[in-house]
Amino acid sequence: MGLSTRHLLQLEGAPREDLNLILDTAESFREILDRPIKKVPPLRGKTVVNLFYEPSTRTRISFELAEKRLSADTISFSAATSSVKKGETLKDTVRNIEAMRIDMVVVRHGSAGVPYYLTQCLDANIVNAGDGTHEHPTQGLLDIFTIRRKYKKIAGLRVLLVGDIKHSRVARSNIWGLKTLGASVAVCGPTTLLPYEVERFGVDVYTDIEKAMEGVDVVNILRIQLERQQAGLFPSQREYTNLFGISSERLARLNPNYTIMHPGPMNRGVEITNEVADGPSSVILEQVTNGQAVRMAVLFLLGGADKRETELAKTE
Amino acid sequence: MTKNDAIQFMDKQAIDRAITRIAHEILERNGGAESLVIVGILTRGADLAARLAQAINGIENVVVPVGLMDINLYRDDVNYNPDLPEVRQTQILFDIDGKNLILVDDVLYTGRTIRAALSQLIDFGRPRTIQLAVLVDRGHRQLPIRADYVGKNIPTSFDDDVQVHFAERDGSDEVLLSLAVLK
Repeated sequence: MGLSTRHLLQLEGAPREDLNLILDTAESFREILDRPIKKVPPLRGKTVVNLFYEPSTRTRISFELAEKRLSADTISFSAATSSVKKGETLKDTVRNIEAMRIDMVVVRHGSAGVPYYLTQCLDANIVNAGDGTHEHPTQGLLDIFTIRRKYKKIAGLRVLLVGDIKHSRVARSNIWGLKTLGASVAVCGPTTLLPYEVERFGVDVYTDIEKAMEGVDVVNILRIQLERQQAGLFPSQREYTNLFGISSERLARLNPNYTIMHPGPMNRGVEITNEVADGPSSVILEQVTNGQAVRMAVLFLLGGADKRETELAKTE
Repeated sequence: MTKNDAIQFMDKQAIDRAITRIAHEILERNGGAESLVIVGILTRGADLAARLAQAINGIENVVVPVGLMDINLYRDDVNYNPDLPEVRQTQILFDIDGKNLILVDDVLYTGRTIRAALSQLIDFGRPRTIQLAVLVDRGHRQLPIRADYVGKNIPTSFDDDVQVHFAERDGSDEVLLSLAVLK
């Protein structure tokens, strides 16, 4: 019993058993969030460092709370207020932090591959909290967890990701995780915001939102990164909204009992209307609550059985 | 060691009688069932808790709330065991403040499971009392813990194996003892 890995870097290639173990464990942790005292002791004595080189509200608070609820000691580091400003390299920063005897690192960075790089220079367990346009595995897992809680299954569902697929690490983690668990996945967005050779992800690709929504159970609406407009990838916000924005009128094509998701932060009135965001089929706030349970499960499964102590147990 | 080598210490009838007696003892000591809630420790403590509640309902015609609890997050050996325990769901969907809480497990042995359960219960509220009911007390306590209600005391050596089987889970009701000396 346990994960096949000491780190959570990506959902691409993650075995189905690992995904199911995390989702099942998260189900048990979800209940803790409804208790009067939302704290359990399994990571007592462990120290977790949250290393955030990019701004984040939701993910960072969610990780911090998950750590505290597992009784870990936590330190949060933000690049803006640290020696990174004085020119220290990433490797020096993390090795100095590790010299302070820490057990796990949760890292967000603008460059893909940084979490993997950290596994090469540290003994700590590494959790990827978003690296460049590569992956955001805990977001993928919490989206899948939220879907599974509603439908009691993943296999056979049709999930549509709408928006900026090209720059979205959330989209990638969702695609890999959902496909491993047997969902059929479609993506839809302007051609300029679809990744090069997007078909190789094994998804159905649409540029017409009306067609894309046909027969879909879950629509996951990605944030349109407004800075992309400056880069000339779409002509105007209004055109994006007209062609790809999700409004109530468009929902009719979905399967009954459909679900609306958004990883946040939302641009209301751009990729999603208020009516849809706050409608009865929206699980956007549930995603946030579930995120804590999923992150607790990941931290528990990675950090619960520490490498050194495992070896200690073997020699006994 | 196969099941055939095990000694049957209690059969279905003995288990039923023990549960009925414990139900009566609980009612006597707590002056009825109104103040009671029952929490069973997964897996077979939860089975036993359901049966105890049923027995109490049969005597007093009162439905006692039953919860179930996974204690793995509160174990004291999580960091000493190379295999992580499976964390299952705890369901205590009622208020335990001010109640007489009957904590139920199938076998009382070192007392460490009960210690973990007590730590967890304190995080759910402040019961007026916590009383421990077990089907089998096999001795070898490593902590200062005792049961308030015991189905049967079975003298064992530390390495013996005591197994409680319930029909709904294991096909039949029985308590088996496998002696270490026969292994």
